[in-house]
Amino acid sequence: METVAIRATGLTKSFGQGESKMYAVREVTFEARFKEMLYIVGPSGSGKTTLLSIISGILRPDAGQVLVEGVDVWGLKENALADFRLQKLGFVFQDFHLFPHLKTVENVAIPLVLKRRPWGDAIREATKYLEVVGLANRAELNPTRLSGGEQQRVAIARALASGPDLMIFDEPTASLDGDTGRKIVDFVKREVLTEHRCIVVVTHDERIYEFADRILNMEDGRLLQGKGVADA
Amino acid sequence: MSGILRIAYKLLVNDKGKFAALLMGLTFSVFLMVQMTSMFAGMMKKASATVTNTGAKVWVMDPAVTNVSSAIPMPDYVLDAVRSIAGVKYAVPLYSGGALVRLKDGTYQPVTVLGLDDTSLFGRPNLIQGKIEDLYAENGFVVVDDEEYPKLESPKIGTDFELNDNRGVIVGIAKVPASGLFGIPTLYTTFRRATQYIPSMRYTISFILVEPQSTATIPHIQEEVRRLGYRVLTEQGLIDRITNWYMLHTGMGTNLLLMTAISFIVGLSISGQTFYTFVLENMEKFGALKAIGAKGRELVAMIFFQAAVTGLAGYGLGIGLCAGLIALAKLRVPDYASIITYSNLALALGMVLVISGFSGYIAVRKVLRIDPYDIFRG
Repeated sequence: METVAIRATGLTKSFGQGESKMYAVREVTFEARFKEMLYIVGPSGSGKTTLLSIISGILRPDAGQVLVEGVDVWGLKENALADFRLQKLGFVFQDFHLFPHLKTVENVAIPLVLKRRPWGDAIREATKYLEVVGLANRAELNPTRLSGGEQQRVAIARALASGPDLMIFDEPTASLDGDTGRKIVDFVKREVLTEHRCIVVVTHDERIYEFADRILNMEDGRLLQGKGVADA
Repeated sequence: MSGILRIAYKLLVNDKGKFAALLMGLTFSVFLMVQMTSMFAGMMKKASATVTNTGAKVWVMDPAVTNVSSAIPMPDYVLDAVRSIAGVKYAVPLYSGGALVRLKDGTYQPVTVLGLDDTSLFGRPNLIQGKIEDLYAENGFVVVDDEEYPKLESPKIGTDFELNDNRGVIVGIAKVPASGLFGIPTLYTTFRRATQYIPSMRYTISFILVEPQSTATIPHIQEEVRRLGYRVLTEQGLIDRITNWYMLHTGMGTNLLLMTAISFIVGLSISGQTFYTFVLENMEKFGALKAIGAKGRELVAMIFFQAAVTGLAGYGLGIGLCAGLIALAKLRVPDYASIITYSNLALALGMVLVISGFSGYIAVRKVLRIDPYDIFRG
């Protein structure tokens, strides 16, 4: 089986034009493997989020190629790209982006609904994912009635619901206190990371570096070679 | 309902505050639109009451006649000429005019007097008391028991009264489908008695009521009557002419149009703005959906579905509110002229769909421009 989940080559992305042109990502090349928890770290403005958006098929690069499981992401047309994100990726956003007016279980069911699963089936399956993250007893509550850590776990359950091979975590501990953040990431490492799954985490929270299998350090849009790049 | 629409529905109705604001705007707008058009429909029904109540298929009149209450008398030979047209089964005269009834306290009450053909009594109302043949009795009149009936002090059979200095006796009490527009009681009598009791010009026939041998003969009859220099209309044609006259020559139509347009604009602006705000506040969520894998067409379906649900719910509530208030008003004011017709409902539905479509459209434009990258950037 192919062990490389993501192969990014020569990724470059700039914003603005002329004198105001600014490179957010420059000539970035890296690989991420299955059963690997890869961290992309660096200070604010270093290009982590831009890189994350490019590899997840959200932001088109100026140059370079992203292969996810051998599929050229940016060679896909718009609808195929949306399908790719739905089928292959699971997102956990920094602010969770849960729907406050839907029940927790309905939030988790969203990817399944987008996959055209019948409503009843989607809710039943979503309940199973809530069990995975230990929140089955919160299924009928609205997310606004959950703690930050619980909301994070709901967001993880929602990301898991699409059965993704690649999971993207954007600053997963930013909205959590230190202890809760560590517990969440520990849970992800133990329960979510599987043989056929790769997890990419963008963070600058050093307290969770210990859970990384590998860390890519970015600065000024470039991956630092040597300094700060480590096999954890 | 597909899952994505179910989510759209829950997102809409579970946000109770905004949903209520949206509904209020649309309900108010629909209420105003339906109320305006219903008042007009009610008034037009009353304005055409004589036509509806008489039930003649074809009406002949002076070309200048615009409504039943302003009939211009025609000479007798017109009746003879119409009777001689091929395809006419029979034709009878109808008298329509105003008179004054003196009440017991000495005050006068204007009434509409309809004089039916002495031979056939064609156009007679349905009696709930008495016999129609009694119209042939001396001074016989039939009174219509409608909203205006109490204005004649609710006369019974045998009650006598004074009409234009002549004695009249109530020989029957009738029910008719519609009462008149101007709040005046209606009395039926024979054509001859009507023309005797009510001062009139040399000519006395207000309308000629024609029964064609078949519907197919109507065009020929119309053609022949036109050659005589008179206007000939079917029952519906006369109702339309009356409606058009009130709409175009009395200011009622302009006022109705203005009020309906204002109601529409109020609904459009309130609903459009509230729905746009609703979508704006959920913009990040729509962006998240897009990032997760929702396609543009799915987001468009969600938004138009939300707009349609809001529109239809507001439509239903607005109609309900309007119907309730009309019913309430009729309890207090029996001759309150307002009826909700299918045309009113269809017009309001059309306008609501325009409002919903517009609201959805401006929201969709915004949602389709969301860049999921913004969700990552926070």
